[in-house]
Amino acid sequence: MAFKLAICSGKGGTGKTSVAVNLFQTIRSKWTPKIQLIDCDVEEPNDLLFFRDAKQQDRSVIHQSVPVIEESKCTFCGKCSEYCEFNAISIMPSVQYAAIDPNMCHSCGACLHACKYNAISEIKHPIGELSSYATNTKTDILEGSLRIGSPMQTRVIKELKRAVASDSEIMISDAPPGTSCPVVETVSDADYVILVTEPTPFGLHDLSITVELMREMNKSFGVVVNKAGLGDREVYKYIKEEKIDLLADIPFDREYACQYAQGRLLTDTPPLIEQAFLKLAIDLKNRIIHD
Amino acid sequence: MKTIITSSGKGEDQLFDLRFGRAAWFCLYDDTTDLMDFFENKHIDAPSGAGAKVVEELIEMGVNKVISGDFGPKAKDLLEKFNIQMVILKDDHKSIKEIVENFKS
Repeated sequence: MAFKLAICSGKGGTGKTSVAVNLFQTIRSKWTPKIQLIDCDVEEPNDLLFFRDAKQQDRSVIHQSVPVIEESKCTFCGKCSEYCEFNAISIMPSVQYAAIDPNMCHSCGACLHACKYNAISEIKHPIGELSSYATNTKTDILEGSLRIGSPMQTRVIKELKRAVASDSEIMISDAPPGTSCPVVETVSDADYVILVTEPTPFGLHDLSITVELMREMNKSFGVVVNKAGLGDREVYKYIKEEKIDLLADIPFDREYACQYAQGRLLTDTPPLIEQAFLKLAIDLKNRIIHD
Repeated sequence: MKTIITSSGKGEDQLFDLRFGRAAWFCLYDDTTDLMDFFENKHIDAPSGAGAKVVEELIEMGVNKVISGDFGPKAKDLLEKFNIQMVILKDDHKSIKEIVENFKS
């Protein structure tokens, strides 16, 4: 079983992708080639932007089972609509109208249970794609992308995790920003979580919410402060007070930020940043071995 | 003909509410009887699909026309499907009474 590492942040733009991609590269070259990077930010996957030579290996469509109402069997009793938590079902007896909006349906199955007249059946509705890529000889990057309008991020993330190669030693999941369902799904089976933050009030605010979530989920976690040198010291004070492990301090480098914007995250990395990631990888290796 | 006007509260002196699915109240005006009836929006706090739920209710009431500040895509689709006229008014300083008087004349 692969050791599952998840990278989260709370606030967007703190550097989840930078950390995930750099850590993937460092571990792959210095430790083990049996590593897979999983881009779980399915609403806007971007890890691949930094691997220009990656070749697509496979691509498949992910479906969601969506109920449909057969109007000839429907009595317009409205029970299914009552059961639907997501207001995806419209029943209007006066105009004999019954329909389910697949873009609002979460496939919970409650309506199928509610209908006593067998008027509801399920069909497959496409919600996204799963693609796998190889940066050298073997498949090592998986990317999920959700179709615009679909609320089923968690379903795509579940499928992504299912596609991880069984011989992987390490799997790095790059989570979406925030602390909502897609993040919970990404982190749910992680053995260790890295929280990436920045030393700003906004970074600290969202970090504290994410820490609460990790504690509620009983996860082992540590913090990486990215863009160190900017902002203030409040984030460090918080980490100390809360007795949280500070895993790494990655210095802010304007030149490197410009490179990132050009897609060159893994070339000409400033030595200080390269060292920070190497130290982080060694620290993680020790944690994994000692676990 | 039955018309719905989105309202920020109960009573003809209340101001027009620009929101449709998440309007606070609705005024149902019937021009055959010249009567106004106010009822609260019970879908105001729905996590999703408030607009579509309101449309359902209006169709069951036999409404022919809706006056609001704007309509969401799902509500718009349904209203169009059942030929309910949508009137967009961008003025939230008007009272319900003023709006009714306006389209009476």
